[in-house]
Amino acid sequence: MVPVNYYIILSAILFTIGVVGVLTRRNALIIFMSIELMLNAANLAFVAFGSLLQTFSGQIFVFFVIAVAAAEVAVGLALIVEIFKSKRSIDVDQMSSLKG
Amino acid sequence: MHFAEEVTAGFFFLAPWIVFAPVIGLLINIIFGNRLSERMIGSVASVASGVAFVISVLLAYSVSANHGEVVRWQLAEWIHIGNLNLDWTFRVDSLSTTMMLVVSGVGTLIHIYAIGYMHEDVRFKNDIPRFRRFFVFLNLFIAMMMILVSGDSYLMLFVGWEGVGLCSFLLIGFWYELDTLGRPSWANSNAAKKAFVVNRVGDFGFLIASFIMFWALGSFQFDQVFEAAQGVAPGVVLAITLFMLIGVAGKSAQIPLYVWLPDAMAGPTPVSALIHAATMVTAGVYLITRSAPLYMLVPQAQYIVALTGAITALFAATIAVGQYDIKKVLAYSTISQLGFMVAAVGMGAFVAGMFHLITHAFFKALLFLSAGSVILGVERGHHHAEHAHHTGKHTKGKGKKKEEAHAQGHGEVFDPNDMRNMGGMRKTMPVTFRVYLVGTLALAGIVPFAGFWSKDEILLDASLHYPFIYLLLSIAAFFTAFYMGRQIWMVFFGEPRHEAAAHAQESPRVMTVPLMILAFLSVVGGALNLPFEGFHNLGHWLEYTLEEVEALPLDYGVAGISTVLALAAIALSWYVYGRNPLRAGEADPLKRRLGALFTGMEKKWYVDELYNAIIVTPYVRISQFLADVIDWRFWHDWFHEKVIAGTYNWLSNIALNRYADQRGIDAVANGLGDFTQWLSVTLRKIQNGFVRSYALSVLVGVVLIVGYLILK
Repeated sequence: MVPVNYYIILSAILFTIGVVGVLTRRNALIIFMSIELMLNAANLAFVAFGSLLQTFSGQIFVFFVIAVAAAEVAVGLALIVEIFKSKRSIDVDQMSSLKG
Repeated sequence: MHFAEEVTAGFFFLAPWIVFAPVIGLLINIIFGNRLSERMIGSVASVASGVAFVISVLLAYSVSANHGEVVRWQLAEWIHIGNLNLDWTFRVDSLSTTMMLVVSGVGTLIHIYAIGYMHEDVRFKNDIPRFRRFFVFLNLFIAMMMILVSGDSYLMLFVGWEGVGLCSFLLIGFWYELDTLGRPSWANSNAAKKAFVVNRVGDFGFLIASFIMFWALGSFQFDQVFEAAQGVAPGVVLAITLFMLIGVAGKSAQIPLYVWLPDAMAGPTPVSALIHAATMVTAGVYLITRSAPLYMLVPQAQYIVALTGAITALFAATIAVGQYDIKKVLAYSTISQLGFMVAAVGMGAFVAGMFHLITHAFFKALLFLSAGSVILGVERGHHHAEHAHHTGKHTKGKGKKKEEAHAQGHGEVFDPNDMRNMGGMRKTMPVTFRVYLVGTLALAGIVPFAGFWSKDEILLDASLHYPFIYLLLSIAAFFTAFYMGRQIWMVFFGEPRHEAAAHAQESPRVMTVPLMILAFLSVVGGALNLPFEGFHNLGHWLEYTLEEVEALPLDYGVAGISTVLALAAIALSWYVYGRNPLRAGEADPLKRRLGALFTGMEKKWYVDELYNAIIVTPYVRISQFLADVIDWRFWHDWFHEKVIAGTYNWLSNIALNRYADQRGIDAVANGLGDFTQWLSVTLRKIQNGFVRSYALSVLVGVVLIVGYLILK
C-alpha cells in the first residue's frame, strides 16, 4: 500500500502551491483555479485519512466540499463576469476601490 | 462748701437747659436755616444764647438763695465700668455760675454783633449762604463751653474742653479756602489746623493728668478727687497739677503753646472776640481755679504756674508792641492778660484771677468787636472809594498825600487789618472811637475803669508774696499801656494813610449797641470786687466754692505805682506816635530807635520759626520718609510688588503654568492624541485595497491559530 504520508505530503504540496497561487497571481481566474487546487488538496487529505481510518466519513465530506466548491465557483465566476463588465479587466490589483 | 442734700428751692432743674438751649438753636438753624432770612437766623442764635444767659441768672440767683450750697443735678448716667462711675451731672455753684454768666452774657452780645458783622463779611467775601453756618457754629460753641463750666467731673469738663477746641477749629477756618485778605489760599485752614494741633498737645497733658488722677485717686469727680488728694503722696498731686498746667498752656495760650492764638485771628472778628478773648481761652484759668484744692497742696506747682503766667505776660506784651495788624496786637494782648490771670491763680489769688477774667472778658471783647467795626469801616471805605473811582466822581489832584493814597488803592492787595493803612478814624467812626478808647483805658488799667481794679488786685497779691512775679507783671503792665496807646494814636489820630480809611463809614446800630453795652460794663465792672470794706462782692461770692479767700484792702502804694506806670506808658506812646502822627508809607518810628530789638518784636521773637525748624520740619521730613521710602518704595514697590506679587506670579506662571500645566499635563494629553493619530496612520496602511494582501493576512491568521491549536 502507498503510505498515507505520501498522500498527506502531496496534499500539503498541492495546498501550498494553491496558496502561493492565490497570493501571487493577479489574474482572478488563476486565483480561482488556485483556490480549487487548495480545495482539492483538502479533498485528497480527507480521502487519505478516510482510507487510513477505514471510514467513509472522509469521502462523504469530500462530496460536501466538491458541492461547496462548485457553488462557490459559480458565484465567483458570476462576480468576475460582473466586474469585467465594469472594469474591463480581471486584474485583482486593479480592484482596490476599498483602499482606505 | 455745703452741699444740698436734695434740691430745695430754686431753679436748679433748669440747669441742663444752658446746654440744650444753644443746641436747639443750632438745630433750628441747621434744619430750617436755608428758609430763614439772615435776621431770623441771627435772632434764633442770639435768643438761644440769651436763654442760656437768663437761665444762668436764675441759677446764680438760686445759688445765692441757697447760701452758696453746691447743687449737683444729674442728667444721665454715662460710664459705669468697674470702679469708674461717671455721670453727666451739672454742678451749680458760685464758681460755675460765674463762668456761665460771663460766657452766655458776653456771648449773647457777640451773637447780636455778629448779625451785623457777618452780614457785611459774607458780602465782602461773596458767599452769602455761609451766614447760617457761622451761627450754627457759634451756638455749638456756647453749648460746649457750658458743658465745660458746668461739668461735675474732670471728664465732663474735658468733653466741653474738646468741644470748644473743635468749635475753635471750625470757626477759625470759617473761610477755609481763603486767607484774611480774601484770596484763595491755605492760610486760614492752616491756622485752624495749627490751633487744633497745638491744643492737642495741651489736651495730652490734661489727659495724662486725668489718668494719673484716676489711677492714684480712683475718680474723676471733683469732690472725690479733692478728698482723695489729701491722702496721697504730694508727688502724685504735683504730677497731676503740672500735667494739667500743660493743658492750661494749650487752651489758655501760655508759653510754650501760645503760638496758635495769633494765627487764630484769621477767623472772623466775632470769633476772635468770643472764643479767643472772652471765653474759650479762659477755660484754663477756670480749670486751675476749680482745681484749687489740688494746687494748694503743692506750692512748687503753684510757683511754676505763676512764673509761667508772668513770663508769658511780659513776653507777649513785648511782641504786641511790634505788630501792625490791629487784631494781632489784641491777640498778643490777650495772651499777655491771660498770663496775668494764670499768674494770679498760680499765686493762690483765685478771686483776683477770676475777677480779671470777668473784666477782661468785658473790655477785650469790646476791643475785638470794636476792631472788627474798624476793619469793616475801612473795608466799606475801600469799596466806596473803588466805586467812586469807577463812576469817576473822585476829584483828583487834591494834594500829594491824597494822590499817594489814591495810587495805593489800585491794583494792589488791600489789607483792611493793617494799622498802617488807617489813621484819623476818630472823625470817620466816632462811636467806635469812643468805645475803643474806653476799652483801651480799661485794659491799660486806668482808674476807675474795670481793668484797674482787677489788675491792681493781682499786682497787690504779687507784691505781697512773690516779688519777682510782681516785677515781671509790672513791666508787662507798662508795655500793655504802651502798645494800646500806640494803637490808639495809629488808628484814630493823625491823618488817614489810605483812601479806604478816609472813606470809612461808621457801623450800623446792630453792631454799635453791643459795643456800648460792653463799654458800659468795662466802666462799671470794677464794682464787682471793689477792695474796700463792705464790698469784695465777688470774693464773698466765690468764697462759697473756694476755701481760702484773702480779701485784701486797697493798697495805695501798689495802686499808685501801677497807675503811674500806665500813665507814663501812655505818655511815652504819645511822644513816639501821637506827637508826630505816622504818614503814609513811613516806617514805625520805633524801628529807627530800637533797630534789631523792634525787628525781634515785630517778628514775634522768631518763635514760630523756631518751632518750625525744631519740630515741624523734622516731623514732616520723618513722615515724608516714612511715607515715600518706607511705605512706598520699600513696602509697596519692593515687598508687595517684587516679593509677594513676584512670588505669586512665579508660582502661577512659571511653576504651575509652564512646568505643571504645559510640560506636564498638556504633554500627557497631547501625547495621547499624537499617539492615537500615529497609531491610526500606521494602521491605515493595512487597508490598501489589495485583495491579495488581505488574503495574505487571512493566511497568516489561520496559520497562527492552527499552529496554536496544534502546539497547545
